[in-house]
Amino acid sequence: MNLLLEIGSGLCLLLGCFLCLSGGVGILRFPDFFTRMHAVGVTDTLGAGMILIGLMLQNPAGLVLLKLMMILLFTLFINPTASHALAKAALRNNLQPVLDESSNQGGDKPSKL
Amino acid sequence: MMNNSKALNKIPLEEVSYQMPTHTLSLCLSLSLFWWINSNYSNPLLLSLGAASILLVLYIAHRMDVIDHESQPVHLSLKMSGYLLWLTKEIIVSNISVVKHIWLGNSSISPTLVTIDASQRTDLGKVIYANSITLTPGTVTVDLVGDRMTIHSLLKENIDTLKAGEMDRRVTELENRC
Repeated sequence: MNLLLEIGSGLCLLLGCFLCLSGGVGILRFPDFFTRMHAVGVTDTLGAGMILIGLMLQNPAGLVLLKLMMILLFTLFINPTASHALAKAALRNNLQPVLDESSNQGGDKPSKL
Repeated sequence: MMNNSKALNKIPLEEVSYQMPTHTLSLCLSLSLFWWINSNYSNPLLLSLGAASILLVLYIAHRMDVIDHESQPVHLSLKMSGYLLWLTKEIIVSNISVVKHIWLGNSSISPTLVTIDASQRTDLGKVIYANSITLTPGTVTVDLVGDRMTIHSLLKENIDTLKAGEMDRRVTELENRC
């Protein structure tokens, strides 16, 4: 049982690390601000989630479990709000997103405030 | 905050007096739970300090007039679990797709900015919908004016999925069942 938890926790941590790394690579690789924000989304949700679940499996009986669940809950509540604020601020200050040519035909222009 | 006070004005008086205790109680319970999880000491000094700070927060929140159905959505919490499970599945699926496109490189992405309609009636429903969209990697709600949401997405397919409207339907259902 203990070994099983150990292995599960290790797998979750490894997967979380991979996802966070991918998010980082995405930030460096993607062309503009808005697309980079999507890469951060990976680190935010499943990356952080997997690492926290991995840590939960390390100590599944203690109070630490509750604290980790609280951290996960708050991350999931706060991150979309922060991303939205960032994106809105960027668009309001006339940072135009790089758009795909094929989809960039009239009508789909950002709504100006 | 302005919307909160407007929403409060619409609710008849007897309903306000009926609703307030539930919301205050739920805030009090969640604050106590928060304190207990974070401190986990049970000596009288720390417990009384906790009680004092909870009372202070309750008093401030009451004076700010923010204890209502929007800050304490107790009517949603029970019906939320089904939606949360579905959202978790969606998040995992779209995470995989975004990670795939990160490693495939810039030529595989097609950034799109479109405006879509939200069919939710209440502010709370719209916020749940917009936050669900932002929480799913690959799509970010940039703006929300009235019923129109501006969405930036990494791939064109993501927009097509959103326009098919499954998430919209589920959030509206969640809202209507309250």
